[in-house]
Amino acid sequence: MTAKGPRSKPPIGKRSFGEPLPGVDLTKLAGLLIVIEGPDSSGRSTQIGLLSEWLEQKGYAVAQMGLTRSVLVGEALDEAKMGNTLSPRTMSLFYATDFYDQLENSIVPALRAGYIVLADRYVYTLMARDLVRGANPDWVESLYSKAIMPDAVYLLQATIANLADRTLATHHIMDYWESGMDLGLSRDWYDSFVRYQLKLRAEFLRLQRKYNLELINANRSVKTTQNDLRGRVEMILERAYAGAQG
Amino acid sequence: MAAKSDIPGRLIAVEGLDGSGKSTQIHLVHQWLQGLNCKVFFSEWNSSGMVKDATRRGKKKQLLTPTTFSLIHATDFADRYERQILPMLKGGYIVLCDRYLFTAFARDGVRGCSPEWLRKLYGFARLPDIAFYFRLPLETSLGRILEGRPQLKYFEAGMDLGLSTDIQESFRLFQGRVMENYDRMAGEFGFTVIDATRAIPEQQEAVRGIIQDRIDLALFKRR
Repeated sequence: MTAKGPRSKPPIGKRSFGEPLPGVDLTKLAGLLIVIEGPDSSGRSTQIGLLSEWLEQKGYAVAQMGLTRSVLVGEALDEAKMGNTLSPRTMSLFYATDFYDQLENSIVPALRAGYIVLADRYVYTLMARDLVRGANPDWVESLYSKAIMPDAVYLLQATIANLADRTLATHHIMDYWESGMDLGLSRDWYDSFVRYQLKLRAEFLRLQRKYNLELINANRSVKTTQNDLRGRVEMILERAYAGAQG
Repeated sequence: MAAKSDIPGRLIAVEGLDGSGKSTQIHLVHQWLQGLNCKVFFSEWNSSGMVKDATRRGKKKQLLTPTTFSLIHATDFADRYERQILPMLKGGYIVLCDRYLFTAFARDGVRGCSPEWLRKLYGFARLPDIAFYFRLPLETSLGRILEGRPQLKYFEAGMDLGLSTDIQESFRLFQGRVMENYDRMAGEFGFTVIDATRAIPEQQEAVRGIIQDRIDLALFKRR
């Protein structure tokens, strides 16, 4: 990946949501953390791929990060999901461990090196999932209070009908967790999916107001949505690299 | 933390530095209560099978940061607490815990996690009815550990904190800080402090006396 030219002065300094992150000096972190949030099938990864291409063409080094499985607890987490034996709280904590493992071992080093980190989901998805399952909001907020505050968060939103259409068109099968089958909302998978996604959306919107997430209408074409995102990212870049752009 | 009076069981925890003899003491309590035919259950810190693998993997590869170290132990504890400790308490057992959340408060606090964050993280768990703190001079506990088991483990010695490149020296410094945290918590959580320099049977007698005073054991006898 190409570093930016001499015109660029990387932005320095990050903050956490509240609690310090022990062992990490956030004030030394350069780079930008840009998060794309939204339910599955809202087009997150497509949009991130396109943003990444565009940014690299402009000369910014990009690192893509997803809430995939970490080295630390990935395997145990997958087993737990298969076996369904853990309580919601244990699952929350497992996911939080997984998140911080990736934050500290992948995102922080990339930021330190001055990369633009494009994160495919972040704490908001994790919080929304926990909240839908009845977690105490204070507890969840405190759990993630050591996370680095992103420079921008774009919440992709599509109608439930669109989400269902895209899920079926892509996978031809419903996913147990994305359908919220563990919540016992309905024995009918499609029906459960719709109800679960409605609950998830309500939590996302609460988080959106609380954390000032930018809402992006993802019912539009890939290209229109991408242009919307690029316009917003452009503003972040201008602000972050101000003075250096001449 | 949740109120204590609403369930039939009772929770007894032992805390203290490595080498304080707390495990021996709780083992003897366990034997005693079993001998009295009480409904009693013994639980250890870090014993939940599900999370054990991940903890081992993380520790082996030295992958853990202060935050993930803390969270992985909280995960393990939550699993054990919700599936075992709390149901046992609700089922009317005396639950004996060899280390409880104070271990996390003390160790993770040394690693830089704030007291507020840690107390919130573990806020779902009940405080013990009796928390024994086996206290002895730092040098004594260090002596017991360092002479008996010189192969210290990386995290156990607090090597991740970078206090010293010498593992024994790191262990000394780390244990010293853990002890400061225990001492600070003694008042906050009303620990029952036991002088762990005394002879084992003397300590045990004191411990049994306190348990008898504070818990009506007759209520826990199996019929």
